[in-house]
Amino acid sequence: MYVYQDYDRQLLNERVAQFRDQTRRYLDGQLSDDEFLPLRLQNGLYIQRYAPMLRVSVPYGMLNSTQLRTLGHIARTWDKGYAHVSTRQNIQYNWPELENVPDILAELAKVEMHAIQTSGNCIRNVTTDEFAGINAAEVEDPRPWCEIIRQWATFNPEFAYLPRKFKIAVNAVPNEDPALIGVHDIGVQIVHRDGETGFTVLAGGGLGRTPMTGEVIGEFVPWQHLLSYLEAILRVYNKYGNRDNKYKARIKILVKALGAEKFRELTEAEFAELKDGPITLTADEVDRMRGHFSEPAYDGSATDQPAALTEALASSKAFNRWYHTNVHAHRQPGYAAVTLTLKKTGRAPGDITDTEFDAVADLADQYSFGELRTTHQQNIVLGDVRQDQLFALWEALEVLGFATPNLKLLTDIIACPGGDFCSLANAKSIPIAEAIQRHFEDMDYLHDLGPIDLNISGCMNACGHHHIGHIGILGVDKKGREYYQITLGGRGDKTSRIGEKLGPSFEADEVVPVIARLVDLYVEQRQPDELFIDTYERLGIDPFKERAYASHH
Amino acid sequence: MPAIIKDGTIVDDSWQRLTAEQIEQQGLPAEGDLIVPLPVWQAQRDAIAARAGRTAVCLEPGEEPSEIAADLDRLPLVAIDFPAFKDGRGYSYARELRTRYQYTGEVRAVGDVLRDQLFYMHRVGFNAFQIRADRDIEDALNGLKDFSVTYQGDVNDPRPIYRRR
Repeated sequence: MYVYQDYDRQLLNERVAQFRDQTRRYLDGQLSDDEFLPLRLQNGLYIQRYAPMLRVSVPYGMLNSTQLRTLGHIARTWDKGYAHVSTRQNIQYNWPELENVPDILAELAKVEMHAIQTSGNCIRNVTTDEFAGINAAEVEDPRPWCEIIRQWATFNPEFAYLPRKFKIAVNAVPNEDPALIGVHDIGVQIVHRDGETGFTVLAGGGLGRTPMTGEVIGEFVPWQHLLSYLEAILRVYNKYGNRDNKYKARIKILVKALGAEKFRELTEAEFAELKDGPITLTADEVDRMRGHFSEPAYDGSATDQPAALTEALASSKAFNRWYHTNVHAHRQPGYAAVTLTLKKTGRAPGDITDTEFDAVADLADQYSFGELRTTHQQNIVLGDVRQDQLFALWEALEVLGFATPNLKLLTDIIACPGGDFCSLANAKSIPIAEAIQRHFEDMDYLHDLGPIDLNISGCMNACGHHHIGHIGILGVDKKGREYYQITLGGRGDKTSRIGEKLGPSFEADEVVPVIARLVDLYVEQRQPDELFIDTYERLGIDPFKERAYASHH
Repeated sequence: MPAIIKDGTIVDDSWQRLTAEQIEQQGLPAEGDLIVPLPVWQAQRDAIAARAGRTAVCLEPGEEPSEIAADLDRLPLVAIDFPAFKDGRGYSYARELRTRYQYTGEVRAVGDVLRDQLFYMHRVGFNAFQIRADRDIEDALNGLKDFSVTYQGDVNDPRPIYRRR
């Protein structure tokens, strides 16, 4: 993990002091609501339905156990005893008091955490694959590049007042899109060509009310020029992005309006000036960053499929099931990555309590070198678990309720907090998620169905990523009543793809029966071993549409 | 005489900024230091330059420095207007003036200019700030000192932190 230097610490402390003073001036009436708004947003602070919401940055999803304990402490001391893992891998508190936020930030700073640029019209937290650094398929560890981008983006003076929010994701796995780079403002794909590291840079993807996938702007940007290339894109966006209408202000609208060719031309013109300048990356700096992500002290004698594991798999059906859903291959022999699902029925997807923070921190210390990762599916990953300890870990997770073996299955629902918390939402998400989880509680049936991504957003800002769910559910408001629109065929796996709308929206109590009918059709029509998404792609939307609205005829 | 922040201190300001409408109605003042809008400058460049007194151009969002690139050596000051502090185009304009065009004159932020934006503005090349009239200029001065550490290079020191260590 990146370890702070003195200057990183100093920067955070100065930020805390700055925000403390800004909060004081706001409470004293020296700053208007309008003036305080971007200042607090750039510190992750929203004014929400019931209270402010504070979004804590988790750069590229990496956390250590000390940080986790602090997150638990904050939930206990200044919130209602829980927090929420967001789809951008950050941690959100729903009930802090504005007056306490400077103290919360000071507490975070002690463990090298902050809320800088987690919101507002600036460059947001950089994200990547939750298996970064341990995925055998990646060309190299993307995290050093994420940290390089993080530092460039943090308080970048030119890009603090962009037309709209700006999100960058980095992926190092070829032909797959675990970091969802296709639906980010900028997607960075790490590629190796002739032994050199470079980047294919996409721009103009995004969800929200005009979802689209990004266009390749830079085919192969040599590693030295990563930051100059990003800076060139940001400058073009800052100068030419639409500022008249916030709904047309994302870079995707600009790329679409200009066309990828023209956008590329403008970027290249800026890049030509920046290239080889002082912003050029040095081998020393990249090596230094890589040094922060060196591998933990793996036991080199550990082997794959040790006896302890195979015996446990043979003797416990429940462990076996969990193993096949929640345990992932690891590039280091004898190790595995484990997903803790925060998707137990009756719990809002992604929520975690103060005592659970502490318990998970203990497990990370005991089983995974004290490190963990948050995922965009709102789960938590222990990245480096010895295979011969998987059974013991599973037993501990069972007790905590984090071993629900539903990862990637229909009830591993991604959902934004929705109308229960969010003032932007048009409809609730959490009760819909819970109703679906209750209906599909038969684990045998769920496993028989296989992987199905079901994503729910409470409004068209799409925080629940409904566009890229195999099944997407979007809360809409019709004359003051909550309705739900369904999309099918979205993907957030191999390559990001936007789903198609099924048709007119449904009332809340129709959602579960409709989902059940869609799933029934899949079961009837699927070929052996065919996934839901593949059946959908083979059949097209029409038969699903017909079945979904069958009861209306 | 109104005060502005320039090069880190509060100083009296001799410049008068006029809108296109004011110039149309009153004509060009025969003397004194004058900040004019870009369209006025473009239309009456030579008449303006022939006046007694210095002239500066003010860029609005959407008016890029390239529009005055050829004139920069005769402009002692370029003002960049922030009609709303949330419109960040002026940050890129200031940076371009300093880095692309190597402009060494005064670059002044005018309009909705507030304490909490000053640190960033200074880093992209503004060296003068006309603080919004209803704000305490002494207090705004503190905004220039919000941080002692920066990750990126900027106009004042182009080296990012990995070249400064």
